[in-house]
Amino acid sequence: MNITRRDVLKAGAAATALTMVPAISTQAMPKKGGRLRLGLDGANTSDSWDSRTHSDIFMILSGHGTVFDCLTRVTSEGQLVGELASDWSSDDAKTWVFNLRKGATFHNGKSFGADDVIESMQLHVAEGAKSAAQPIVANVSEMKKMNEHQVMFTLEKANADFPYLMSDYHICIFPAGQIPEAMANGIGTGLYQVESFDPGVRLVTSRYANHYKGDEYGHFDEVEVIAINDSAARMNALMTGQVDAVNRVDFNTEPLLRANPNIDIFEAVGNQHYTFAMLSQTSPFDDLNVRQALKYGINRQEMVDKILQGHGQVGNDHPIGPGNQYHYSDLKQTEYDPERAKSLLAKSGLSELNVDISVSEAGFPGATNAGQLYQASAKAGGINLNVVQEPSDGYWSNVWLKKPFVAVYWSGRATEDWMFSTAYEAGVPWNDSQWDHPRFQELLYAGRVELDSDKRRQIYHEMQMILNVEGGVIVPMFASYVGASSSKLASTGAIGKSWMMDNARMAENWWFA
Amino acid sequence: MSLAVISGLKAVALIILNRLALGVVTLFAVSVLIFAAVNILPGDFAQAILGQGATEEAVEAIREDLGLNKNAIVRYADWLGGILKGDFGVSFAQANFSSFAGEDASKGGIGSVAAQLEPRFKNTLFLAGVAAIIAVPLSLVLGIMAALYRNSVFDRFVNISTLTSISSPEFFLAYVLILFLSVLNPLLPSLSNIYVEMTFADRLHKTLLPALTLTLVVMAHMMRMTRAAIINLLASPYIEMARLKGIKPARVIVFHALPNALAPIINVIALNLAYLVTGVVVVEVVFVYPGIGQLFVDSVKIRDIPVVQACCLVFAAAYILLNLTADIFSILSNPRLRHPK
Repeated sequence: MNITRRDVLKAGAAATALTMVPAISTQAMPKKGGRLRLGLDGANTSDSWDSRTHSDIFMILSGHGTVFDCLTRVTSEGQLVGELASDWSSDDAKTWVFNLRKGATFHNGKSFGADDVIESMQLHVAEGAKSAAQPIVANVSEMKKMNEHQVMFTLEKANADFPYLMSDYHICIFPAGQIPEAMANGIGTGLYQVESFDPGVRLVTSRYANHYKGDEYGHFDEVEVIAINDSAARMNALMTGQVDAVNRVDFNTEPLLRANPNIDIFEAVGNQHYTFAMLSQTSPFDDLNVRQALKYGINRQEMVDKILQGHGQVGNDHPIGPGNQYHYSDLKQTEYDPERAKSLLAKSGLSELNVDISVSEAGFPGATNAGQLYQASAKAGGINLNVVQEPSDGYWSNVWLKKPFVAVYWSGRATEDWMFSTAYEAGVPWNDSQWDHPRFQELLYAGRVELDSDKRRQIYHEMQMILNVEGGVIVPMFASYVGASSSKLASTGAIGKSWMMDNARMAENWWFA
Repeated sequence: MSLAVISGLKAVALIILNRLALGVVTLFAVSVLIFAAVNILPGDFAQAILGQGATEEAVEAIREDLGLNKNAIVRYADWLGGILKGDFGVSFAQANFSSFAGEDASKGGIGSVAAQLEPRFKNTLFLAGVAAIIAVPLSLVLGIMAALYRNSVFDRFVNISTLTSISSPEFFLAYVLILFLSVLNPLLPSLSNIYVEMTFADRLHKTLLPALTLTLVVMAHMMRMTRAAIINLLASPYIEMARLKGIKPARVIVFHALPNALAPIINVIALNLAYLVTGVVVVEVVFVYPGIGQLFVDSVKIRDIPVVQACCLVFAAAYILLNLTADIFSILSNPRLRHPK
């Protein structure tokens, strides 16, 4: 392992943390009360409580993170725990029995039970239903109410990750028989109930008394979520104390925020990653030596330092990030090595390589600069990259999946299988590297049905290795979720990696110190 | 009432009708222009809303749902037909979500453009109103004083400072005000997210900073026109007469010069009021003020044509009506019409 400046800093931070253990343990007693004011972007005037349409942080945090609950939940530490389900089991990864929590109630007083789960799932499963969660739940062939507090799901094809998928923010649980009303007014089982909601402007909620999660979560009396789509205005609002926390910190103003003693920056490297995808069945990318030469021609650390301003982590040419369960952190890192790139090209009888690389800010923020950095570093390896600036409008329809070598943004997926089957399974529509590898495919199917965690780890590690060595996608960096909060706010210290703002659950996990 | 006044009023009524008819034609031309412009922009709603998910099938499905793959002229005619019946249509974003959820968006309710526009427009009018209440009297007083003490240090100072503020971009003025009144001296909030349940005092407090920004933007124009119009008259014989009678300079200006200078001043005020309604886009975005300007920016971003069109119509109508008002007032302020022989 080579030690970078970043590692040293991290080690230093860990050491200070150790000496601060008593301080942290006194802090671990959360205080109750106060009104949390969050300034978030991603708000629209067409926002609603229909969780099938949720796609950006404002409604994701307001929905499954505040007002509604799902069956399962991913903790800030990355573990899957029950939310409205207390536990679950399956023998074959095909039939799943979920035991539901007793004593949970909706904000209108209706008690929660099996019918609510089945009817809420119907929103996504039913014939003709259009839901963003459709790819996740399309596999459910039968739902059965065993008793008031138990449901059984039968899947068409086995899927060991099914409980994990139930934590998806689209699959909120609504009260059976009152779904249109619940969607209109925001009636869920979450820690906070809606006081007022003005789509695209703000949401005000208050703590729901006697919530089944008890005193352990939801420490604020009230939570106000304010829509601030403009980045400068959002940072200003935090600086002037009009909100207590903001999301998506602008990297250019981040040093100013950091210099302010009343503001803390919190970040987590999750599964969000930026890639350069090659069509691996199109010349010259069908040549493994060419793909590998391109992988050795990119300086990943430079990308993290200059494109992400240090807010991220180098990638290793596979899409599984630190937020995933089976992330292969010990996999040998592919380093920048222009000599090696040259010799790989020579193996294919090439003295140099001339290829176009298509970039656009729509691909990922900073993609144009990243393309130029790549061009400069690759030159030493005998690779002449011609950086083609594509228009942002229509990038995903006209450039992505069409041009042979393009910049792409991925928010990542909660599970390995979901990520791989979205973009690396042979023949799926978003397979942006034309990836078709027999062993990889075999492992993908094996991992999907395997319930034993150790065996799954082996399977997914091997898949990450295959992509690292042979794959058609260069993953130079994983970008952090960077947020900022008033120093009056406190948390357990663990920041969720699945989604920004502590898995979009700040209202649940944080408190005023 | 004498005959001349009646015929004068008749002439005014005729002008109003004439202008209104012209206004309708202008609105029609504006709507054609906007529709064409939004259609020329690369990308459409389907591509903008889908982002990375914009595969050919997905784009086609949305276009099919929203009727985007119909001929542009047919789409325009459909939209125009709706407007003539007072129906501004349904925003694409809402129509798309509704088809997503398998419901009928055309049932109106929260999704209709009119319903989206109404609260936003009220907010914008409130902001424009607050700004006008500050800016109009302030610039009139400053203009009169500058005329009174013309070429003095005071005159120079007022001129230079208002010219500086009108020459700076709005977002810059906004940030300067935020810096001084919100960051360094926390007097006013930099976030103007007003909402329905707010008390009037709170609302005013939150609106003050954007209103002050707008005041700085429109003041120079009105102030300088007041000053110039008055100074222009100061050379006239009747002013000289008044001065010879020994009337104080302040009285000469306010009671003798100002009434005759009103026509051009009212014209400029009306133009600036129109600007307050239509030019607030940048200011609203900087202060996160939930007005029509922000709605407009968001809708252009996702190519939501029905909302963009409706916003433009509102902007154009505001301009036309305020201009008309300016003309009427300047005719009415004409002493020859008010005091016929």
